[in-house]
Amino acid sequence: MKKLTAAMVAVAGVAFAASASAATLDDVKAKGHIQCGVSQGLPGFSNADDSGDWTGLDVDMCRAVAAAVFGDSNAVKFTPLSAKQRFTALASGEVDILSRNTTWTMTRDTQLGLNFAGVNYYDGQGMMVPTSLGVTSATELDGANICTNTGTTTELNITDFFRANSMSFNLVAFEKADEVVAAYDAGRCDVYTTDRSGLAAQRGKLTAPDAHMVLSEIISKEPLGPVVRQGDDQWFNIVRWSLNAMINAEEMGVSSSNVNNLKFDANITPAVARLIGKEGNFGEELGLSNDWAYNILMQVGNYAESYEANVTPLGLARGVNALWSDGGILYAAPIR
Amino acid sequence: MQQLSLKSIIYDARMRGYFYQVFILSCLSFGFWWLIDNTVTNLADRGKTVGFGFLSENAGFQISATLGTWLFDYNVGQSSYLDVYFIGIANTFLVAILGIAGATIIGFTVGIMRLSKNFIVRSFATVYIELLRNIPLLLQLFFWYFAVLRALPSKRDKIEIIPDVAAMNITGLYLPAPIIEPGFIYSVTAFVVAIIITLVMKSWAQKRQFETGQRFPVLWTALGLIFGLTMLTFWITGNPMSWSYPEFKMTGAILRRGFQSGSGMVLVPEMLAVWLALTLYTAAFIAEIVRAGILAVAKGQTEAAYSIGMRPGMTLRLIIIPQALRVIIPPLTSQYLNLTKNSSLAVAIAYPELVSIFAGTALNQVGKEIEMIFMMMMVYLTFSLATAAFMNWFNARVKLVER
Repeated sequence: MKKLTAAMVAVAGVAFAASASAATLDDVKAKGHIQCGVSQGLPGFSNADDSGDWTGLDVDMCRAVAAAVFGDSNAVKFTPLSAKQRFTALASGEVDILSRNTTWTMTRDTQLGLNFAGVNYYDGQGMMVPTSLGVTSATELDGANICTNTGTTTELNITDFFRANSMSFNLVAFEKADEVVAAYDAGRCDVYTTDRSGLAAQRGKLTAPDAHMVLSEIISKEPLGPVVRQGDDQWFNIVRWSLNAMINAEEMGVSSSNVNNLKFDANITPAVARLIGKEGNFGEELGLSNDWAYNILMQVGNYAESYEANVTPLGLARGVNALWSDGGILYAAPIR
Repeated sequence: MQQLSLKSIIYDARMRGYFYQVFILSCLSFGFWWLIDNTVTNLADRGKTVGFGFLSENAGFQISATLGTWLFDYNVGQSSYLDVYFIGIANTFLVAILGIAGATIIGFTVGIMRLSKNFIVRSFATVYIELLRNIPLLLQLFFWYFAVLRALPSKRDKIEIIPDVAAMNITGLYLPAPIIEPGFIYSVTAFVVAIIITLVMKSWAQKRQFETGQRFPVLWTALGLIFGLTMLTFWITGNPMSWSYPEFKMTGAILRRGFQSGSGMVLVPEMLAVWLALTLYTAAFIAEIVRAGILAVAKGQTEAAYSIGMRPGMTLRLIIIPQALRVIIPPLTSQYLNLTKNSSLAVAIAYPELVSIFAGTALNQVGKEIEMIFMMMMVYLTFSLATAAFMNWFNARVKLVER
């Protein structure tokens, strides 16, 4: 019944949100904070601690936008959303940005009326099994029971993978990740499947994390990134360039520890000068102040800082998420 | 005939009535127009279209094997979103109907127990009711699901309920599945014919008893007819049904051990937990309704029944319950409707009902919120209205006949 009501409220939201999409930046400035849709608890990406403070790579994305818009990375409120609710919450205007380990796919661009502002984590779907099962490859999983979340790309990917390998399986799909973990932990399923970052994050919640292993197969491409509504290019640009600024800053070696010195340094490269607002008019072109990126770097830091603080503790190396110059695929368009 | 003027709107009662009716009607139409216009504009802003074309697209996700997937023969990549819709409806109705049946039986039992003269029986019923109706249903759902999961043996193990026939482990309750062969339809026909004959016979026997006072052994004849005729047909047509027993293996690769798919049938623990939670929760409310209904029958009725020599059981069955039903049925209907709607909570524990697979998974794939939520609301509305209509008809039958 509660779910039903929530769904109806969502529909009413679409109906009542009287052209809320006109200019998100104006709406956001008027209310004084950014409403950010995050997960219901995924360590490393968006997770609330005991005192209700949110941390994570996806949380930093929202904080960066808040720093760019208000010069204050705390001018952001978080709305925890289930995988199922997230797009409706964004479409109805309940949140301004959805930064919730969301995979960029074509359907979501074309059918759901969304725009992905970029990719802040390149992931792939993996599978976790108890070591006692004696399985070493995903191709041995014929007939397995598989636990996962509803409303995600994982349901489709796992189905594709088993069909491609002509294997049968039984899917048990829960609404919330906590129940998936609990059911897998109780032994309801042989396999727990989600993005590999999710597997690393959720593993700590199992009663015996060491009794489980992540299989080597990566069965999908999962580019995760921040999402905004279609039809507001200005807001879309602000989110996209906030992300690009963090990645470019890492590439240029600008971080929270040196950005303040660089501001008063006469001998900086033109690229750094443009980034931190000493040259050009890039912030105002976005509808912000020229020190937008300076505020991001000062208060949130560059991509590497955010990654190391949040994702590295999960035991996930940079891998493909390293800069292109370091052998990864992270490549941001230049600020010029 | 008064002159039509501005004054008449205020002073003429009839004109005033018209004025307000027209005023309210235009407010309402404007409200509707505003809502629809906003929706269309907002959807267009986001580049979304409205339509039901998505229903014929193929659904690319797996659904847990349940009644719905058996009925509609679900094939990933071939079945459409419309099939997903029907599977969702079937699964929702399955728990709703099983839940209504279970809750009615337990509810009536506990309700009568609560009025018992025996202290232990009465206290048990009180504790049951107060405990279950005061804990939120969602928590009960989680409790039963995870309690049941933790209590059951693992996938490679089992508890035998009937050796080699019915067994249970964490993946579900395994039962033999009937395999129907051609010719089975004759046995079904025989069964239906036997029931019709029984009904005719019953009314004939009642009529005869009223007229002559002679009694006819209706029960035994009916049982003989229904079983005898059906079994005889079954035997004559050459036993056109066999059973597929669940197969349990303890050899081979560890993953493959346990119950083998394709043999017997399995009731998944998600369904059992939903059924258990809905039944026990609603039964607590029904028990209170039943108690209220029985207490509403004047004590003199019981005393009168005892004075003509009726025993307590007979009194309850023939005197109290028929009168109590008049009070019980209207609130009972509400409980049935609540149960059906509450079944949507099952999404939390992975039971593939309508909200979970259609308004959940499928909605996230195609993004047609308005159409899909509308279709879902129609299902609940139709089912609730049908239940209400049936219960109203039943209420009309049992209510006090005034002469």
